[in-house]
Amino acid sequence: MSDTLLSVQGVETYYGNIRALGGVNVDVKKGEIVSLIGANGAGKSTLMMTICGSPQARTGTITFDGEDITRLPTHLIARRRIAQSPEGRRIFPRMTVYENLQMGASLDNLKYFDEDVEKIFTLFPRLKERQAQRGGTLSGGEQQMLSIGRALMARPKLLLLDEPSLGLAPLIIRQIFDAIKVLNEEQGLTVFLVEQNAFAALKLSHRAYVMVNGQVTMSGSGKELLANPEVRAAYLEGGRH
Amino acid sequence: MANISNTHESAGGNLTARALREGFYAGVISLGLFVLFVGLETTQNIRNELVLNQRWGLLAVFVIVAAVGRFLSVAYLRPWLAARKAAASATASTETEESFFKRNFSKIAIVALIFYPPLMVVLFGVQGSLKWVDNFGIQILIYVMLAWGLNIVVGLAGLLDLGYVAFYAVGAYSYALLSQYFGLSFWVLLPLAGILAAFWGMILGFPVLRLKGDYLAIVTLAFGEIIRLVLINWTEVTKGTFGVSGIPKASVFGIWSFDVSAPNNFAKVFELPMSSAYYKIFLFYLILALALLTAYVTIRLRRMPIGRAWEALREDEIACRSLGINTVTTKLTAFAIGAMFGGFAGSFFAVRQGFVSPESFVFLESAIILAIVVLGGMGSLIGIAVAAVVMVGGTELLREMTFLKSIFGPDFTPELYRMLIFGLAMVVVMVLKPRGFVGSREPTAFLKERKNVSGSFTKEGHG
Ligand SMILES: Nc1ncnc2c1ncn2[C@@H]1O[C@H](COP(=O)(O)OP(=O)(O)OP(=O)(O)O)[C@@H](O)[C@H]1O
Ligand SMILES: [Mg+2]
Repeated sequence: MSDTLLSVQGVETYYGNIRALGGVNVDVKKGEIVSLIGANGAGKSTLMMTICGSPQARTGTITFDGEDITRLPTHLIARRRIAQSPEGRRIFPRMTVYENLQMGASLDNLKYFDEDVEKIFTLFPRLKERQAQRGGTLSGGEQQMLSIGRALMARPKLLLLDEPSLGLAPLIIRQIFDAIKVLNEEQGLTVFLVEQNAFAALKLSHRAYVMVNGQVTMSGSGKELLANPEVRAAYLEGGRH
Repeated sequence: MANISNTHESAGGNLTARALREGFYAGVISLGLFVLFVGLETTQNIRNELVLNQRWGLLAVFVIVAAVGRFLSVAYLRPWLAARKAAASATASTETEESFFKRNFSKIAIVALIFYPPLMVVLFGVQGSLKWVDNFGIQILIYVMLAWGLNIVVGLAGLLDLGYVAFYAVGAYSYALLSQYFGLSFWVLLPLAGILAAFWGMILGFPVLRLKGDYLAIVTLAFGEIIRLVLINWTEVTKGTFGVSGIPKASVFGIWSFDVSAPNNFAKVFELPMSSAYYKIFLFYLILALALLTAYVTIRLRRMPIGRAWEALREDEIACRSLGINTVTTKLTAFAIGAMFGGFAGSFFAVRQGFVSPESFVFLESAIILAIVVLGGMGSLIGIAVAAVVMVGGTELLREMTFLKSIFGPDFTPELYRMLIFGLAMVVVMVLKPRGFVGSREPTAFLKERKNVSGSFTKEGHG
């Protein structure tokens, strides 16, 4: 549990002249689930996207598996096996569920596709039922499952999830969080997770970071943060699901 | 729903009154629009003086057509369309088994096309078949091929290209010039023209990699114009607006020639009467083969990683990148392969005409090809072929409609109204089939049995 897989050091990201991230330090170790919580506009999604190289960090370094990936183009970062289920899901709406999953496996040119797609279908049986349906016609929850499934098809070393619970019913959120837990425990998948649903995220995570205005203000184990009065006041009270 | 049936019941007379009113307005508007354009015509007489002709009769025809058309549209067409839509949504849930004809449409069409020239010869004689094989067959197939080529760029990769005719021009001039200056044969130059066009496709691709949608369209439009202007102004090589003439004919793989003087002339070898029809029939099969090659390559590519990447790119570029797809090479290959087929079609065009000039490669050609792709349903090969037959065949048919002279007067030339009809046909198709002839995308991969998800449910758009 001590090997660092992803290390973000002093990263600053700008949109034009607006600084969205102001010196962020985040570490994710192999086999961990780490979550990032924070208010709207704090810069969580920006951090996710910066890790993937679009936009690129202006200063600071991002190291993955011992390699500096700060200046790599997005598709090369993805080829280092960082898969993302981005904010807004971004599935391919006119392609079928099955084809979307194929796209996820394009790194290995479908070499392990048949084997992996069965795993995804076991994880999300709904996708199996809907495999011939166009992505754009899926329900929000199904789209989220597809987005995660597609990311998993790339056989990632690190899975980035941006608000997997957004707009979903509590039951579906449970399913998705359970799935993340299963992937982590059974396959040792490392997960870095952005969540508004702080309670569920902190319960699930080994460690967590709190982001305010583009800076990490607090970090600790999931349990510590759950018990922290400041965190409770800002992200949990009145929002317990 | 209740709303619609309401208007139906209460509005028998109401509707007619409204239709009459709208028809009247349409007539007034078209009178205002056309009074100067159609009602008056200026010509020069022998002494170079400007003469004003009055064409009130023709103007009256225009106004009446507009008024009656509007009346019919409001009173009959629209209620009929609404009823049809309601009926369609009522029956849409029951999937009907497709008929044999529909399922095997492409195979039947290919067989029919193979037997098309002999059939025309039988029906109209060797000389009489010329018109049918050349004007209808070859002409339509060129557009089918061009539209299939452009479909790779626009329909699959989603890159709106308004300058596709540039690659057509590169192919045509490659053949015209290289055969003139170096005496190379068609069969050597055909692949070469494709490669050159693909090369130019990449050259265009590089600067526009970061552009999307409208911006991309404008730059490709400019690119098309640049190529045309170069052809016009580089007179030492391209002979400018005069064009290149005397382009050698293609031979049947060098075995039989179609040159009248050659000893291995096709007609002489087979002891047939001399006619240009054989050459046209040969060209028909040539363009058919080229078009089918385009279709075959498109179908194969769609099932390959690059084809899937194109389609994904059209849907979401950012998602593509985060899945490890190199969007730069993906776009460039789309441009290059699309351009290559444009180049093939271009060299075929040169060999068919025996003459090329910049006039054949104006923006209008790009627009027509793009219109065919859009009408066909963006990505559907069969839809595009149908659109090409309707649009190009339809406008060719206009030439045949000599009876129109008896309505509009003896100096009415139907060809002049080609674009008007083209536009009208486009509007009609888009009203009836807003997503093109074949609007639903055919999936490329299935797990086990294929579930039919009706295209009519899947609305265009995202999320
Ligand atoms: N493309 C962009 N151009 C300019 N500013 C942007 C862009 N994307 C994000 N921002 C700004 O950067 C800041 C951080 O945005 P970000 O999307 O990272 O927030 P977030 O923490 O993910 O919020 P949420 O919880 O609402 O998703 C916001 O102030 C936002 O307005
Ligand atoms: Mg966000």
